Amino acid sequence: MPASAMLQAVLVIPLAAAAILALIPSYRWSAGLTMLASALTLFAASWLVFDRPILDHPGLDHPAPGSLLFVDDLNIVFLVLGAFVGFTSSLFSAGYIAHELRIGRLVARDVRFYHAMLQLMTFGMNLALAANNIGLMWAALELATLATVLMVGLYRTRAAIEAAWKYLILGSVGIALALFGTILVYLAAGDVLGAGGDAMAWTTLLAAAPRFDPHLLTLAFVFLLIGYGTKIGLVPMHAWLPDAHAEGPTPVSAVLSGLLLNVALYALLRFKMILAANPAAIAPGPLMQILGLLSVLFAAFMLYRRRDIKRLFAYSSIEHMGIMVFAFGLAGPLANFAGLLQMVFHSLTKSAIFFTVGHIAQVKGSQRLADIGGLTVTHPLLGWSLVAGVAAIAGLPPFGIFMSEFLLLGATIDRAPILAGVLGLGLLVAFGALLMRLHSLAFGAPRGPAGPITASIVPLAAHLLLMLAAGIWLPPPLVAWLQHVARMLG
Amino acid sequence: MHSLSFDFAHMLAGGLVLTSFMMLYQDRLSALINALALQALLLGAAVAWQAAIQAAPHLIITALLAIGFKAIAIPMALRRIIRSLGIHREIETMGGTGLTMLAGIFLVALALQVVLPATAGSDAMAREDIALALCVVLLGLLMMVTRRNAASQVIGFMSLENGIVLAATGARGMPLVVEISVAFSVLIAFIVVGIFLFRIRERFDTVDVQALDRFRGERR
Repeated sequence: MPASAMLQAVLVIPLAAAAILALIPSYRWSAGLTMLASALTLFAASWLVFDRPILDHPGLDHPAPGSLLFVDDLNIVFLVLGAFVGFTSSLFSAGYIAHELRIGRLVARDVRFYHAMLQLMTFGMNLALAANNIGLMWAALELATLATVLMVGLYRTRAAIEAAWKYLILGSVGIALALFGTILVYLAAGDVLGAGGDAMAWTTLLAAAPRFDPHLLTLAFVFLLIGYGTKIGLVPMHAWLPDAHAEGPTPVSAVLSGLLLNVALYALLRFKMILAANPAAIAPGPLMQILGLLSVLFAAFMLYRRRDIKRLFAYSSIEHMGIMVFAFGLAGPLANFAGLLQMVFHSLTKSAIFFTVGHIAQVKGSQRLADIGGLTVTHPLLGWSLVAGVAAIAGLPPFGIFMSEFLLLGATIDRAPILAGVLGLGLLVAFGALLMRLHSLAFGAPRGPAGPITASIVPLAAHLLLMLAAGIWLPPPLVAWLQHVARMLG
Repeated sequence: MHSLSFDFAHMLAGGLVLTSFMMLYQDRLSALINALALQALLLGAAVAWQAAIQAAPHLIITALLAIGFKAIAIPMALRRIIRSLGIHREIETMGGTGLTMLAGIFLVALALQVVLPATAGSDAMAREDIALALCVVLLGLLMMVTRRNAASQVIGFMSLENGIVLAATGARGMPLVVEISVAFSVLIAFIVVGIFLFRIRERFDTVDVQALDRFRGERR
């Protein structure tokens, strides 16, 4: 069956590429192979949208035995989005890494390692998304985390090592707590479904969820929320996120914000669906709303005190993940739809911003905000890209995020007016902070060196144009699809 | 249900909690490592016992991994590391031992209070195992937040992880347990190698604000 071959391809291509890349010393070849592998993964993931393997039927009690992988309407969104951002990041990465090699910040051995890890991380993320087993998903997410830890520490400066270490320890604790929650879910399911693989498969868990022991599920969700919430970067478990974004190579920052946070969010969403299907267990919504709003408010105020450009946008990622978790916590078709849109748009915009920031930091030789200024004068292309990106991420009208935030605010005013006030405050505060920073970065007197750039503009332009197009006109089939997924999420 | 097999499993799991408490008050790193090795040994015995009473021979792999890797190899590696970092004689400053122990007792009470009513429907073996495993997990977390030294934080994490392996093997017939315990061992090996390679002596959240600003690249 070609479709299930495509599902395997999404996993096999990155894994094989990682193995081959670990052996190739030449930078040119490995950058090319990375792009090729990412393009093939994107192709395979897109193929799955139209032709999906029917591994089991929702109405059926027992899925095909041994089907550890599955694709449904929810995870295909994450898979395609991930593959797309992965592909454009590989284009950006080629130019970025070439520059780092030229200035001697990285040596060939580091780059070989970096390329292999990038593909290994892609493999881990795709496996976590396609896994039809909560244990397998957990292990895959751990693999992806370890690969990113290694990439964050790539520069081996004191700050990079600190960031990698903090990420490793906090991520490990988070992932350990998530495993404890996973075991509790298995125990709850095992009482109903019997011991074995069925009690760990998404397809059977969801159908049987109303019969699970509600107390066990409640306990499990607390652990899962803290555990996977750490990986999403929710306040107060966010401490690793700004450091990991700031100290690693910039393509890694783009991939972290655009992909890995989403995968952790996906895990949380799946478990939330199980909880929501069991009316006697704790309602997952309020907990997620609280953590989401807390993240939005905290990150919005922290934006004002940043002095490092990558940290600035890392805090903005915390804010946006908070918005998404709040939206999914609010639930209902409209809020879920807004949450999904927010996720897609945030991934596209934030990775575009990190592409721009990567080039800017290379031109200026510094990530400090104080060293960067007047970009629209000295580097019009980068400067205006940054203006467009920041306008999009702050939620200004022509871009997509305006629409998703508007929808979410509307849904919140309808359902919980007081929370809408809090959310609105957070959005406004973040908006102010971003525009204030943008003003000094893009306009005003030029600061710092103004050397020429060798930026590849394709990935950047692709993302920004997509964002602009999405803000003006979303294709009806896509809207119908996302609405369908939103209803699925409950 | 109160058969010999149950009592023995209960005793071994209780032993893990006891060793967690032992770790809480060790202020010398070498003594702490000994306590960790003891806990890993007990974990190996507990897992082997589960393998026997559940008739699940694959769990023997997890048991052997616990004994060979976590009770022997990792403690040896840690001893070498703390010697090469020159912190093997160091006495760790931490909050009052009495207070930490009290907090530990509180956490154990909390774990039992939370788990036992929640699992009333499951069989006694599983619920006691989960309750005791949660105690070990929470005590491990407590140790991680009360210690300053990177090595002893890692030991706290390994103790936390012992609790999780205990929970996973106690859950009857859970698939992928062996794979998960292998994955965890990889993670731990990673962390231990990390301390060595990066020569991390202290965890980074110091009260010295200047140091913080320097590390975060946000110096004025």
